[in-house]
Amino acid sequence: MNNVVTTNIVRFIVLVLAQALVLNNINFLGYINPYIYILFIILFPVKNNRMLFIFLSFLLGLCVDLFLDSGGVHAAACVTLAYIRPLVLKFSFGMIYEHQTIKFNNTELGQRLSYFAILIFIHHLLLFSLETFNTSKILLILTKTIFSGIFTLLLCLLITVLFSQKRK
Amino acid sequence: MQQIINFLVRNKSFLLFLLLFSLSLFFTIQSHTYHKSKFINSANFLTGGIYESVNGIGQYFNLKEENQKLLEENNRLKSVLFNEKNELKADFTLDSTLGNQYELTAAQVYKNSYSATNNYLTINKGKRDSIHEDLGVITSKGIIGIVDNTSSKYARVMSVLNTNSRINAQLKKTDHFGTLRWNGVSPKIIQLTDIQGLAKVTVGDTVTTSGNSTIFPKGIPVGEVVSFKLVETEDVYTINILLFNDMTNIGHVYIIENKDAKEIKTLNDPNE
Repeated sequence: MNNVVTTNIVRFIVLVLAQALVLNNINFLGYINPYIYILFIILFPVKNNRMLFIFLSFLLGLCVDLFLDSGGVHAAACVTLAYIRPLVLKFSFGMIYEHQTIKFNNTELGQRLSYFAILIFIHHLLLFSLETFNTSKILLILTKTIFSGIFTLLLCLLITVLFSQKRK
Repeated sequence: MQQIINFLVRNKSFLLFLLLFSLSLFFTIQSHTYHKSKFINSANFLTGGIYESVNGIGQYFNLKEENQKLLEENNRLKSVLFNEKNELKADFTLDSTLGNQYELTAAQVYKNSYSATNNYLTINKGKRDSIHEDLGVITSKGIIGIVDNTSSKYARVMSVLNTNSRINAQLKKTDHFGTLRWNGVSPKIIQLTDIQGLAKVTVGDTVTTSGNSTIFPKGIPVGEVVSFKLVETEDVYTINILLFNDMTNIGHVYIIENKDAKEIKTLNDPNE
């Protein structure tokens, strides 16, 4: 149990710093940045105290907001993500989720891909619509969502593969 | 009563979600209002300090370019100085405290963004260097933005690449003035709106600050016209301007303080 807590604290700090100091300076093709700090929310243990989880996600978003001067955009997207995660888990993993025995490293690639993709696109859509805050720029929001989303998805999959603890 | 408590307990996670979500929405809406985003900004000791230590490593990579920029600027200033020496008015600098309407402070950029729709920079001068809100920020090439939040050691600058930013600017040739805005698309191009339809605009014209506000002195370069469009219904131009500054690569900046700003403001404010 203690091990899980430490892992998550370290993950929190490392992801926020990596996001603020490295990943936000990528600006691939001028505007495409990956937002991989949501890996914290994606990989948070399934058996959890839901209140704590939502609050931690809010804190995560707020930390990123502090660094990026974006008001409360990331916090809003993260809180929503944390709130709807159980639904997405049920949708993607079905039976395994019912028994609360998901180990993200052991799941099938297809299931994991759909789980990641759904969460990432919801997060990005919310993030960019709140950031732009202008319905007349919906096209800009959608292009940003799609391109950044693909970038984030690729990076997230890569990172989870690289840092998976069980090597077979 | 029992039922109310039961309801609260049953829906506690939804209520928490609603609370935190509305809190972050509140922050978001504040950040879209000029001068209201007080709470969440990177000009505080924690994020400022982290950016500072990282910048300590990063700044060596740009030394060559920065030196080149300084050399160019020095060169320009020297040539102005030497050419003006002969005709310098004798009574121009009788008293240095009276003569200097504008005071400049050099600062270094710790954090710069240009891909979001509302971009901000964080610089390493703050309240203790007597930097306060509403001061203009420029480089040797042109304008950067306006200081919008300060802590004791750091300040946050609202970049011209911010959809909330409104800066007064004019066509250098004809003195027709309008408002600089950004449509959020390209970090190289910003828009000059509300230029009178009477004005003659040609591609390649220089745009400078107009000096109508107390923030920027007149004549600070902004960029050059790349294309323009007449809005028929309102008889005003919307002009696309290529910035002289490369906003994606900014090292050192100058903060301009207009010493007369307070006086001018009191004159223009009918309530005082």
